[in-house]
Amino acid sequence: MIPANFTYHKATSLKEAIALSEELGEEAKYMSGGHSLLPMMKLRFATPEHIIDISKIDGLSYIKEEGDYLKIGALTTQTELEHNSLLKDKYPIFGDAIWLTADPSVRNCGTIGGNIAHGDAANDQPALMLALRATIIAHGADGEKSIPIDEFFHGFYMTALEPGDILTEIQIPKSKKNSGGAYHKVERKVGDYATAGVAVHLELDDDGVCQEIGIGLTNVSAVPMRLERGEELLRGKVITDDLIEQVGVFASEDAEPESDLRGSEAYKRSILKTITKRMLNKALERARQ
Amino acid sequence: MAKHKVTMTINGQSVTAEVDSRLLLVHFIRENLDMTGTHIGCDTSSCGACTILIDGKSVKSCTYLTVRADGANITTIEGIAADGTNHPLQQAFHDQHGLHCGFCTPGMIMRSIDLLNTNPNPTEKEIRWGISGNLCRCTGYNNIVKSVQQAAKEMAKETKETV
Repeated sequence: MIPANFTYHKATSLKEAIALSEELGEEAKYMSGGHSLLPMMKLRFATPEHIIDISKIDGLSYIKEEGDYLKIGALTTQTELEHNSLLKDKYPIFGDAIWLTADPSVRNCGTIGGNIAHGDAANDQPALMLALRATIIAHGADGEKSIPIDEFFHGFYMTALEPGDILTEIQIPKSKKNSGGAYHKVERKVGDYATAGVAVHLELDDDGVCQEIGIGLTNVSAVPMRLERGEELLRGKVITDDLIEQVGVFASEDAEPESDLRGSEAYKRSILKTITKRMLNKALERARQ
Repeated sequence: MAKHKVTMTINGQSVTAEVDSRLLLVHFIRENLDMTGTHIGCDTSSCGACTILIDGKSVKSCTYLTVRADGANITTIEGIAADGTNHPLQQAFHDQHGLHCGFCTPGMIMRSIDLLNTNPNPTEKEIRWGISGNLCRCTGYNNIVKSVQQAAKEMAKETKETV
């Protein structure tokens, strides 16, 4: 399969990329790792007239703690995330997710920024970002903007990014003591999109009371979804087995999965309940370590 | 149609060409360079038959624009050992019957090179996950895993000898 004709442009700086996008208009698309966009172009689901390659822009690939935040550059590949010792030590939720994302050769190309900017509820990173309460940093013609994750996902393949905006950095509140996160998705086969997936991040105080919690769901709604009812139930309480059971029920009730090749709606609701409970327990275990 | 001049190193040789924006790297390698060891299987980045190394990292060349490889250092199955000799992975696939029809083998080997560079002593589970993006419809994978295990041992010995 061969993509429809387009014209390739390489940008070597953010400024150049944004200027190119302004000049070429809405028929131009940015490409970073290219492992979501190029497959869609080969299938002719996407037929952009111009591709602006942003993968060669320097300085957008990093993972560091700075001030109150963990900061990840948008061009950091999934493989770089997978092998990063800071993430392994303090943010094991990333290891959980990346291990289950596509396969190693795809992860050598795919970037965290692309995974989020694609705006696909089937991707794994959006649920993590919801659970971790990330802030998305983007650059566009009007300069830099900062978008809370709850305002980022607008619809199927639609995000708060305006034409010309480039997602440049992900900021996540720094890991505190007594905090933990976990992610799991059920997949039909290795490398598949999730049948359903759940990301949990929580913070406990010294008495074991849940101070902050985020629960994000993968591929069970048109837009990446936060399980608000579950978060509200657990915040301010000592998390018990009964509460975890209840949140599992909320997940199965509040999600909006559709029957498809990956499973029936009822099956997806059923596994969501199970994964949600398991991930709450795993995150709790990690927070208590 | 926009043409781009690209220069890359393929198996140690510098190659310069004028290519269309939309030319996929696997087509460039197979059709422009006549190197047909890199296979096209699914053409949807699922099967891994088209796996090559770009700057040492395994990549599915069916999902990579040639123009993006400008300046890159590329290795294909043709370039991993001198003529008449076998790379330890090629030898191991031969010794352990790591193939039946052989269609997936070049991709399996290119992927395994990256795997063993990153993790020279992988567990069986790490090998199985490491080649999870490469599909084989014949072997059932057991002999492929054994092949990678044999190659890992051989390559560890070689590293020791050179040190």
